[in-house]
Amino acid sequence: MTVANAPVLVSDAAESSTRRHSPSGPATRRPLRGLVKYLGLTPFAVYVVLFLAIPTTIAVVSGFFTDDGAFTFDNVLGLFAPNVLATFGSSFWVSAVTAVVGAVVGALVCYALLGTRADGPLRSFIDSASSVLAQFGGVMLAFAFIAAIGSQGLITVLLKDVFGLDIFANGVWLYQVQGLLPVYIYFQVPLMIITFMPALSGLKLQWAEANATLGGTRFTYWTRIAFPVLAPSFFGSLLLLFANAFSSYATAAALISQGAQIVPLQIRAALVSETVLGRENMAGALALGMVIVMVVVMWGYSVLQNRTSRWQK
Amino acid sequence: MSRAGTRRVDNSVAVRMGSEPSRAVRWIILGVVGLVFCIPIVAMVVFSFKDGLGGGYTLAHWSGLFDEDAARTYRNLFTGIGNSLLLAVVTVAIVLVVLLPTMILVHLQFPRLRRTLEFICIIPITVPAIVLVVGLAPVYSVVVKVVGGSVWTLALAYGITVLPYAYRAIQSNLDAVDVITLSEAGRTLSANWGKILWFVLLPNLKRGVLAASFISVAVVLGEFTIASLLNRTNLQTALLQVSQSDPYVAVIFALLALALAFLLLLSIGRIGRTRTGSSS
Repeated sequence: MTVANAPVLVSDAAESSTRRHSPSGPATRRPLRGLVKYLGLTPFAVYVVLFLAIPTTIAVVSGFFTDDGAFTFDNVLGLFAPNVLATFGSSFWVSAVTAVVGAVVGALVCYALLGTRADGPLRSFIDSASSVLAQFGGVMLAFAFIAAIGSQGLITVLLKDVFGLDIFANGVWLYQVQGLLPVYIYFQVPLMIITFMPALSGLKLQWAEANATLGGTRFTYWTRIAFPVLAPSFFGSLLLLFANAFSSYATAAALISQGAQIVPLQIRAALVSETVLGRENMAGALALGMVIVMVVVMWGYSVLQNRTSRWQK
Repeated sequence: MSRAGTRRVDNSVAVRMGSEPSRAVRWIILGVVGLVFCIPIVAMVVFSFKDGLGGGYTLAHWSGLFDEDAARTYRNLFTGIGNSLLLAVVTVAIVLVVLLPTMILVHLQFPRLRRTLEFICIIPITVPAIVLVVGLAPVYSVVVKVVGGSVWTLALAYGITVLPYAYRAIQSNLDAVDVITLSEAGRTLSANWGKILWFVLLPNLKRGVLAASFISVAVVLGEFTIASLLNRTNLQTALLQVSQSDPYVAVIFALLALALAFLLLLSIGRIGRTRTGSSS
């Protein structure tokens, strides 16, 4: 589906760029001679075909074949087995919960940052820290949470000793699906800050002035102006957060060493053991399922982003 | 960005009209969220000084890294670090040799392909590493046959995972510089394309190129999914392995890696700022 979108985008781009460039005309650009300039595109094209197009195709298509290369719907039908559906269910649940919490908390932080200098030390500190936590934590975040709320963790022990509160009274949940929630929220909030801040700082002071001039209150400013304007961007970021949690593997793999509680872990199980549910190439079918979810979510994200960019200029 | 100064002056007006938080509200939100976000990091630092499970604190875990036999005890970890550094270098090379020239070429000669290139470069967000690795396994069985199973080959996959980040960093620089006029000026002065690229374009794209390189290094140092599922050793897989026998050392190195990534990304911001400051 990702690839199918490409022609549409190409023709789209062609149209807009001819419109944009027609006044100066192509004659003003000195073209490299003939073949040479097309040759220049080949290294990247070959590289992308070998390491992006082929792996993606294999990942998505291999679920339709047995190990002997015969066509089968067996694996893809395996996606509807109760335990696989349950895995997709918990993946959706974890992604949705952490995306909503992350989006709300992240938006609050963005709001708090309004009115600070965009190039000041506070913002650059928060920007860099957010990038690190949002994208490069993985295994290390798992360590951090084991150190904090593991069974001997700093907070666990503190709560037990000082308040007599045992957060693991009903068993140690950190290494189960629920345990992913705090860790995922920890990288969702920074991602929200990165993606939502540009939209929020795009709110214009004049809109608040206009609101005040027309006798509006703070309440009307936020309900009638800011929220409607920010809504596409907010929900777009929410979708991005959902996709981010849905596709994240490292943290879960480091926390949950065995089993297939969420889809990425089920792919691990399928890759490592070769047979899940007695089916070969189940990893391919799971990858296909995941890509479908990701394409739908990211499509929604790009639609909402386009609506956002309309007024951001 | 230049607006920031004027915004600050208007701050009190904005606060009164409710479009911006008051100082107190700002620091309450930032304080609470910041505090909560500090907890896991602080817990890691505290943990790295813990003396076993019995309470008490020690410097032994940190000083142990400088022991004579540390190199032997943590051999796997050091291998992982070495591999990750090598992979970072090769990945940056891929970005600079394959992606950067293509982006410049498309920008100059194939404006119609710009949207296509952008589309290709953001695909890795929609096709996450855990999906890509399913298809990479067969691809790598071929790669191993053709060029051998050396460590650096993993960078071929990493070049794809860093595409969205590297693309964004370079593109924002390309958009800010009038590459077409610059290269035409070069042509007028009878420079060939090699000279234009090296003496005219690259100096102007330094900021984007550096940012792309740094973010690629950070991504590669944090990568776990592909290495782990293709049974390769890099920093993250080694960390996870070490954590089972010596969690203290694993946590120490995780802290160092996080700090390094933070510094890399902080310097990206700095590069961007000094350039915009001096040129505008």
